[in-house]
Amino acid sequence: MKHETPLLDQLESGPWPSFVSDMKQEAERRAKNPDNIEYQIPVDVVEDIMGLLELSYVHGRTHWKHGGIVGVFGYGGGVIGRYCDQPEMFPGVAHFHTMRIAQPGAKFYTTEHLRNLCDLWDRRGSGLTNMHGSTGDIIFLGTTTKQIEEIFFELTHNIGQDLGGSGSNLRTPADCIGQARCEYACYDTQDLCYDLTMEYQDELHRPAFPYKFKFKMDGCPNGCVASIARSDMAFIGTWRDDIKIDQEAVQAYIGGEFVPNAGAHSGRDWGAFDIQKEVIGLCPTECMWMDGKELKIDNKECNRCMHCINVMPRALRIGDDRGLSVLVGGKAPILDGAQLCTLIVPFVKAESPYTEIKENIIEPIWDWWMEEGKNRERLGELMKRQGMQKLLEVTGLEPDVRMVQEPRTNPYIFWKEEEVEGGWDRDINEFRKYHQR
Amino acid sequence: MAFISSGYNPDKPMENRITDIGPRKYDEFYPPFIAKNKGKWLYHEYLKPGVLVHVAESGDEVYTVRCGGARLMSVTLIREICEIADKHCGGYLRFTTRNNIEFMVDSKDKVQPLIDDLESRKFDAGSFKFPVGGTGAGISNPVHTQGWLHCHTPATDASGPVKAVMDVLFDEFKNHRMPAHLRVSLACCLNMCGAVHCSDIAILGYHRKPPIIDHEYLDKMCEIPLAIASCPTAAIKPSKVELPDGKKVNSVAIKNERCMFCGNCYTMCPSLPLVDKEGDGIVLMAGGKVSNRISAPKFSKVVVAFIPNEEPRWPTTCDVIKKMVDVYAANARKYERLGEWAERIGWERFFEKCELEFTHHLIDDFRDPAYFTWRQTTQFKF
Repeated sequence: MKHETPLLDQLESGPWPSFVSDMKQEAERRAKNPDNIEYQIPVDVVEDIMGLLELSYVHGRTHWKHGGIVGVFGYGGGVIGRYCDQPEMFPGVAHFHTMRIAQPGAKFYTTEHLRNLCDLWDRRGSGLTNMHGSTGDIIFLGTTTKQIEEIFFELTHNIGQDLGGSGSNLRTPADCIGQARCEYACYDTQDLCYDLTMEYQDELHRPAFPYKFKFKMDGCPNGCVASIARSDMAFIGTWRDDIKIDQEAVQAYIGGEFVPNAGAHSGRDWGAFDIQKEVIGLCPTECMWMDGKELKIDNKECNRCMHCINVMPRALRIGDDRGLSVLVGGKAPILDGAQLCTLIVPFVKAESPYTEIKENIIEPIWDWWMEEGKNRERLGELMKRQGMQKLLEVTGLEPDVRMVQEPRTNPYIFWKEEEVEGGWDRDINEFRKYHQR
Repeated sequence: MAFISSGYNPDKPMENRITDIGPRKYDEFYPPFIAKNKGKWLYHEYLKPGVLVHVAESGDEVYTVRCGGARLMSVTLIREICEIADKHCGGYLRFTTRNNIEFMVDSKDKVQPLIDDLESRKFDAGSFKFPVGGTGAGISNPVHTQGWLHCHTPATDASGPVKAVMDVLFDEFKNHRMPAHLRVSLACCLNMCGAVHCSDIAILGYHRKPPIIDHEYLDKMCEIPLAIASCPTAAIKPSKVELPDGKKVNSVAIKNERCMFCGNCYTMCPSLPLVDKEGDGIVLMAGGKVSNRISAPKFSKVVVAFIPNEEPRWPTTCDVIKKMVDVYAANARKYERLGEWAERIGWERFFEKCELEFTHHLIDDFRDPAYFTWRQTTQFKF
């Protein structure tokens, strides 16, 4: 190894997969080059990034310079410029740009596709990746400026694959596994995700927004991709008819033939399954009860929290009148504090080509945000600054009590003139006829 | 190292250019049994930690073996994953949102050979390459950010603390003995490119010193009005500064007592670095969730205001997290998430049981939402 890494070496012990060990094996392979690869960036990049990271471990500070503008022609996102601040010590990573590669739906891959990506990145990049980045993209970690167009050319021509989003644009949308392998999915998350990704390629590649914008698709209220916390617009599957009950299967759970909560609690003895305590008693709306041997649900009172279905997946199934709820404005703390998404559409059918979702929800909200949003202001912050009423106004959505946890506790209503009989123009002389000065 | 052209012609960048093609379509990569049964699944079950079966209306069964991985992966490791998927799974695999790898097979007899293969693979220094687990009422793979490895704003590393914490929590990754699932996440600064603000346990890198001002270069590298506008607390104002050589330059002045150390100014202006060995470290947050199950999604709360960066293995951070996990596991009810448990027993009891010190730093004083976190009732516990 080119650099001593005594601090990083301490992260090789212990059972959890060691990223240090993985980097070392990559560095060694590059040095030996058993497959005679014609490396297009320095062979020792992995050794240099390990040296640089070791220096950060010594200093307790990052050694990456602030940003840097690099990209591919015609796109404003997908590549993040990265330069290290000790290029003389670590010349291999003097330029070490990140490329975001749009991931396929629910991150299913064929080994052929993954190998093609690996071969490309091995030759023209560091050979280090993130599988996957926080927003969902495949992250290619580190290449030189000159290789960026070459990688993009090969990516699009030979692998049929595009870059993802970065900067003030639509970020690469991400979805849960959905109907591909989950019985809870209330709509086809992969299809909506792919459809919106393709429909809005321009917004994804060419930054025209005040700040980043994220779509995430969760198939049910369990929220496996955390859309309600991690996106500006969350599409969360739901249904509005009755939970389907298989009474025989309910009895099988009660009788201990089926394992509750799909076996998720198998590592501890929690005692015999108690439907009263574990399902009926934990129902947040108290809309379930046993009528003799029959489980009853007052579906009108159900808020579809998924608990009973999660505990007894073989007995209870989501309803058939399915669609999704739209919630908007989620974000991390920067700047004005963290926000969760707020419900704005309780139910909409999710059927291709998703015209209602695009034309009545996404596009009017974007128009408003692009017009009114300040630099680096997320949608959720604009909603706080201009108010939920404004959002309803620009979308034409009807106010619905489901949009709030509770009505307002102050009477400071911004009445509009047209809402008040007679308007606001009044004659002071007419007023004074009845009220002396 | 001879340059090899991809075919791209820098003199004619638009020649033969392909753009806006997006990702490959999802259904190109479905294993056959997924394509066949999509939308027709009946139920699923965890056969043991890390192993799921999904049963379809057709009677087909798909067995999934989930294993953890560092999200930082070399192409060598990805090729090894491909080799495993070719050998056992017909050349298909997937990753989960939490950086786990899922290998799927279509019959039960293929499961154990797959597990044996995965568990037998170790790095030279001894750690598992593909530990099986991460399901059910256990601790799954942490989502995390880039850290010192490749980011310009972090206040801590990401891969390092995650490795250290998961070594400590490894048994819970391999088990189903928690009251409910418990999600650990890490963001190395509050930009939170991996939003961790709704995790059962969140590890957050944070700065504690105001920016250093690089007066000599600031006006050359930054738009001063943008730097001023970027500050959420209006702590930055324009100023003229005389450099040691007598030259006068336009720069900024910072009212340090107004700084909340968010780093937004640095994002807008490279001449305002905040990083500092003593200043930077970890905030621990707890009790968040994103699921709508039983209770509504909730934010994580700050339970430890600051722990210094103790690279390479962050022992204090690991100890505090282990303690919280153990106390939660011993006290919460079945199905109760960490935050639901803390709310049921009261945060005063949470701090007592977890042996955490409550300091003034933990009382919110940031704008309106702060009030809603203060206690407006006589219902409290001694």
